[in-house]
This record gives sequence, C-alpha cells and structure tokens, in this order.
Amino acid sequence: MTNSFGTDVPESRLEEAPRDLTLGKSQGRLILERFLQNWVAMVSLGIFLLIILLSVTALGAFGIPGWWKYAYTDLVPLQNGGAPTLSLVPEWLGGAGIHLGEHPFGQTLIGIDYFAMTMRGVQNSLIVMFIIGFLVAVIGTVVGAAAGYYRGWVESVLMRFTDLIIVIPVIVLGAVVGKIANEHFKGLGVLGLSIVLGLFLWTGLARLVRGEFLTLREREYVDAARVSGARDSRIMFRHILPNAVGVVIVTTTLIMAAAILLETGLSYIGFGIRSPDVSLGLIISQNQNAFSTRPYLFVWPGVFIVALALTVNFIGDGLRDAFDPRQRKFVAKRMKEQGK
Amino acid sequence: MVSFITRRLIVSILLLLGASFIMYQLTALAGDPLEEFYQSRLPNKNQLIAARTEALQLNVPAPLRFFLWLGGAAKCLIPFGNQCDLGLTAQGQKVTDLLPLALGSTLQLVTAATMLAIIIGITIGIVSALRQYTTFDLVVTFFSFLLYSLPSFWVGILLKEFLAINFNDFLRDPQLGVVWTVIVSIAVGLLWLGLIGGDRRRRATVFAVATLATAAVLVYFSLADWFLHPSLGPVFIFIMSAGIAVVMSALMAGLRNRRALVTGAIQVVITMICYFALQSLLNISSISTLLILGLVTIVVGLVTGYLVGGPDRGQNMRVGAITAFLSASLILVDRLMQSWPSYLSLSAINGRPIATVGSQTPGLTGDIWIHGVDSFTHLVLPTLTLMLVGFAGYTRYSRAGMLDVLNQDYIRTARAKGMPERVVIVRHGFRNSLIPIATIVASDFGALVGGAIITEQVFAFSGMGALFQTGLRLPDPNPVMGYFVIIAIMVIVFNFIADMTYSALDPRVRTRG
Repeated sequence: MTNSFGTDVPESRLEEAPRDLTLGKSQGRLILERFLQNWVAMVSLGIFLLIILLSVTALGAFGIPGWWKYAYTDLVPLQNGGAPTLSLVPEWLGGAGIHLGEHPFGQTLIGIDYFAMTMRGVQNSLIVMFIIGFLVAVIGTVVGAAAGYYRGWVESVLMRFTDLIIVIPVIVLGAVVGKIANEHFKGLGVLGLSIVLGLFLWTGLARLVRGEFLTLREREYVDAARVSGARDSRIMFRHILPNAVGVVIVTTTLIMAAAILLETGLSYIGFGIRSPDVSLGLIISQNQNAFSTRPYLFVWPGVFIVALALTVNFIGDGLRDAFDPRQRKFVAKRMKEQGK
Repeated sequence: MVSFITRRLIVSILLLLGASFIMYQLTALAGDPLEEFYQSRLPNKNQLIAARTEALQLNVPAPLRFFLWLGGAAKCLIPFGNQCDLGLTAQGQKVTDLLPLALGSTLQLVTAATMLAIIIGITIGIVSALRQYTTFDLVVTFFSFLLYSLPSFWVGILLKEFLAINFNDFLRDPQLGVVWTVIVSIAVGLLWLGLIGGDRRRRATVFAVATLATAAVLVYFSLADWFLHPSLGPVFIFIMSAGIAVVMSALMAGLRNRRALVTGAIQVVITMICYFALQSLLNISSISTLLILGLVTIVVGLVTGYLVGGPDRGQNMRVGAITAFLSASLILVDRLMQSWPSYLSLSAINGRPIATVGSQTPGLTGDIWIHGVDSFTHLVLPTLTLMLVGFAGYTRYSRAGMLDVLNQDYIRTARAKGMPERVVIVRHGFRNSLIPIATIVASDFGALVGGAIITEQVFAFSGMGALFQTGLRLPDPNPVMGYFVIIAIMVIVFNFIADMTYSALDPRVRTRG
C-alpha cells in the first residue's frame, strides 16, 4: 500500500483510523453546522417558527379553518369593556392561572376580537415578507448575475437602471408603489401590494451579486467550464452562483426583516394594507389615540412586529457568520495581549 | 482629480434627471388627481374639473408632461432670476412657496438627530469593538439589534405617551424618590463600568465612583429643585470644560504632549472669563450674534493652538478648536436653562413643557432663548425617535468596521514596533475605520430623511414628509415631485461628497473613477 507520495504506509495504521474522522465535509455541511451551533440564531429561528405556527393555525389558511373561535371580521358584543383576558401568571404565584380566556388581547371599540385581528396582521406581514424575499432574491440574482457575467452594454444598461432606482429612498418608493398597488390591483389585496413592492426592492441585492460575479468570473474553474463547452447559463447558475449564494441568502434575509418594518410603516401612514383587511401597522394607527385608556390595543401588534423583525434579523446575522466565519476569528483582547 | 470630479458631476446630473422621470411616471400612475370630483354633487363640478385639468396640464400625457415640468424646474438654475417654477398644487398654490418652510422644519429635525446618532453610534460601536465578547459588547449588540428592529412609529408613540406625559406630571412635584435615585445611579455606574473596563479592581473602583457621584448629583437635584430652576453653574462648566480639554488632548495628541494640554487649559480659562463677561451680551443676542460668537470661538481655539506652537502645531490647533467649541456650547446650554423657569410659567405652556404635536407653540412671544427652549421641547421627542433608530445602524457598522481594521496586518505592525496603544487605536485603527463609515453615513442620509416621513406623521410635524403624504394621498403630482427633487438632490449631493471623501481618504479608489 502506498500513499500519494509513493512511500509505504503500514496497512494496520490505515485501518485504525476511525472512518468518521477521515470523511471530508462538504462546504454546505460546514456552513449548516456553524449555523446550528449559533444558539442566538437557533432560538430566533424557533421563536419565528412558533409565531408562524400560531398565526397560521389560529385563523387557518388556504380555506382550512383554524382553531380560534372568532374571525377578524366578526362583531362580538363587548365583554367587560373589551379588557384583555390573557393571563400568564400561574395560580401558585398568586395569579389567575395560565389561560387565554374569551378575548386574550381584548376587543376593539366596536367589539372585534383583537387576538384574531393581530393574528391576521401577522399573517399578512409574513405573506408580504416571503413574497418580497422571493421576488428580491430571484430578480436581484438574475440582474446581478447577467450584469456581472456579460459585462459590456448589458452591465451598463442594468446597472444604470439600478442606480436610478437606488436614488429614490425606500420609504418614498414604497409609498408611491403602495399607492399604485392600491389603485390598480385592489382585487389582489395583500398579494398585489407585496408583488409590486418586490418588483422594486431588488436593486441593493443586484449590486452585491454583480460584485461577486465580477470577481468569480475570472476564476480558473470558470475558464475550465468554458473550455469544456458549457453554455453561459450553465456557467452562471451551476458554477458561479453556488459560490455567490452566501451573499444572496444573507442579504435576502436582512431585506425580509426590513420588509416587515416597511410594510407596517406604509400601512401606518396609509399607503400599505387598507381596511377592511388588517395590518399590524394599520391597527396601531387606528388605536394610537386610545393609548391612555386601552394600551393593550397598541402594545400587542407592536410586540409582534418587533418579535418578527428581531428574529429574522438575528437569523440573518447567524447566516452571515455561518457563510463568512472570518469575522469571528478575531478577538481584540487576545490580539492586544499578543501584541504586548 | 479634476476629470474624476467632472465625470462624477455629469453622472450625478444624469441620475437626477433619470430618477425624476421615473418618479414622475410612478406618481402619474398612482391615481387620478380629478378623482375627488367624479363622485361630487357640486353644481360647478365640470368647471372645477376643467380648472384643475388646466392648472395641472392633465390633458398632456404623462411622459410629455414631465418635460413641461422639467422646463419650469430648469428655470431654478438661473441665478437670482427668482423664476423657479415647480408647478401648482391641486389647490392652486405654488409649490415653490410651500417648499422652503417645510424644508426648514424637516432639516431642524433631521440634523440634530443625525449628528447625535452618528456621534453616539460610532463611539459606542468602537468601544464595543475594543471590548469584543465582553458583557458590554453583548449588551450593546443585543440592544442595537433590538433598536434596529423597532418600527419608528411605535417608538414615537411610546415616547409620546410614556416619556412626555410622565415627565410633565413629574414636573408638578419634581422629587426623585429613593428607589429611582438608586436605580438610575446603579444604571449609570454599570454603563461607566462597561465603557471603561479593565481588571476587577479597576472595574469595582469605576463602578463605585460613578454610582456614588450620580447619586450625589441626583440628591442635589431633588433638594435644590433643579428640575424647575436648572442651570449648569460656573463650577460644573469649569469641571466639564477641563474634562473636555483633557479628553481631547488625550485622544488627539496624547497626554505626553504638554503643549496640547496647555492649549486646552487656555481654552478653559477663556471659557470661564466669557461665562462671566458675556451674560449681558447673550441676553440681547440674536441668531446671527450667536453664529458670529461661534465662529470667533473656533478661530480663538485655532489661534491659541498655533501660538502655543511646538513640533506639531496642527494637533494643538485641532485640540484648541474642538475644546473651545464644546466648552462654549456649555455656556449656551446654561443660558438656555436659565430661561426654563420663565418658559414654564408662560400661559401657553402651563407647566407642561414637553410637547407631543407640532414644531412650535402657536402665538408664542419672547426672546430668542424662549423660542430656543420652545424648539427644544418640541424637537426632543421626534429627534429621540429618529436618533434611536439611526443610532443602531451606525453602532453595528462602526463595530464591524473597527474589527475589520483591527484585523489588518498594519495594526500588528504598529503594535510590534512599539507604538502606544492610543496611537494604534486612534491613528491606525479609528481613522481607517472611518473610511467605510463615511460612505455609509452619506448613503444612509436618504433613508433617514425618508424615515422622517413616519416620525413627522406621529408628531404632527408639518415638514417635507407631510407635504409628500398629503400630495400623494390625493394624488397631487407637483408637491410630490417638489419633495422628491429636494430629497434626490440631497441624496445625490451626499453620495457625491461620500465619493470625494472616499477618494481623498483612500487614494486607491481614485484610479477606478
């Protein structure tokens, strides 16, 4: 038995080595392991999935009814002045015990169950977030890839257009585009709003992907693929894109977190989701004057916005660390001690 | 360099034209300005429709109408011609008459918030990078993530309903109880502990000193009714400006450089003399007096630095100017505080100073100091809102940037050749970490002005955001475009400045053009 250097290796020592240690790990596997070890990101992922589960099962989706008894449109007579019945302090601590009660988040002034409204708002935020994320990832990647790979006039046209859109501040663009969606795609509701927003928010990602493609297209393996007769689309999507996928995933996640804040903000100023449908931003704007008498109408939607945006931001940050572990290696204190 | 600047200028102008065209078409798509008339039952409905169609030139298709609008806007370029024409609003007012007022009140809001957010954000970001993975760093990271995820309208309403109302109630009987004194003192102590760090003994000392000092100050505040009659007083101004002088010379020149310290000390003396000599001048000051005084202050700082001399005059001059400016601001703050009791007793204020709506108390009369306090009480909450949201981003950028720089080989080289830690961090580390931050600050400016739209709505501020919103709601294309042109020019100018700074700071960029 000889190894690659042509020297003899005793048979016995080869067999001693446990198989697990010698097995190489793929790049994807390493990234996944780093992500799974990041407890902040994992806890955030858990909370995020719980919120999705709660909002989807409570009201149901795709025509399947949920377990909550009221819909966000049902008018119910006011009970106890619409006060919330949620209790989280267990009885052995002197509280009322852990239960949801009739109206856990209370009722609005006209008697709609606020838990149902909040859950509907969460669902709408999730829909907007995922559709925007999907559209941004697809359009941004394709535009950035084409610009970075082909260079020349394709790059000029695509990137000059990107520059034009980037000049318009996101919230201004969002407000105008949201108004257009409300004007022309009223029938589509939330879907219309999120599709139209997604069609305009991809510019930041496109710039980053182009940057990645500009460096990656000069690599040897791209030349190798081209020499062996691969088509352009194959080089772009099979050879280069897997190496640039980190940028796409991380940026898309962070854009999704920003999309939640954008949607709720737009709905708050009246250019996003409109009544009778529900958005977390819209119900905050409807109830802000009742703050001193009914603070729960204001607090719960805000808590859900923050929870969604915060968990998605933490997940995005965890992904960034997983894809780019270089940032983590440096410890200022250790460097300083070594320096002295 | 000249060809680089010219090229960037031409690109910027083309960008402005292109973006305006896109925005104009989008606004035209956003709805029909005549829609409010279609359902109306007014007898002169048809005349109204005809009049608005005429005023807004609605019978011209939108792509062509853009060029009509552009023709009017181009007249703004004629210097002193006063022929600027950005069209009429749906109500028939000239957009050019509405813009300056709105722009003024938005700039007031955004400037203070941006500057505070940048200064505090960068400081905290860099300190937390230097203390990477300590409790302080983790707490800062968590809070910056939290603030980054907060919707600004929610923060705004919370501040309005909790801070403003509770503070106004508190002013009725301004006594901090024992509980609050203890909580606030310990919180401040922990903050200093985290900021300064060091070994266990040093941290214990820092915590004890900071906590006790804060507690003493708070007790004094309660006893002396400070919240109703606030002032900094000569002793505090002296201590603060001496502190500023020491910190500035330590940061910028190092305490071993005695000449910088002397420059700082001279500024402290001048400050104290001015504090006593200038009070009567300040009482009758106007805005322009204050501006002139500010300029004089900076010049005095520079001149002292130059006269003190030594091997590195530039360093002294920088220390002198910054110390002079900051200590002079203390005198101004003190003077503003002296107007607080008379402001509180005004009938329009009625002892509840912190306002939750608008940008000024209507019908307020008084000198510049009363108006200054009035602006402050109206601006403090919206500024805080904008600052909290912006500050989170800057903390994260500057922390990442500083870590990135500290990772570089030249930092190790600097340490290896025996540079003092201050020089390594301030000169080699901090300055280089500012390069990427400069770009981010500039390109974030658009987002910040945009974010002001929501904050203005929460606090019923009649600035640019309100103009844009009411315009878009109808929709009324000309005010929307007026708003957009101003914002786009700002964004483009700031990006231009960022590019220039970048190429000035980092010569490698220039070749790329």
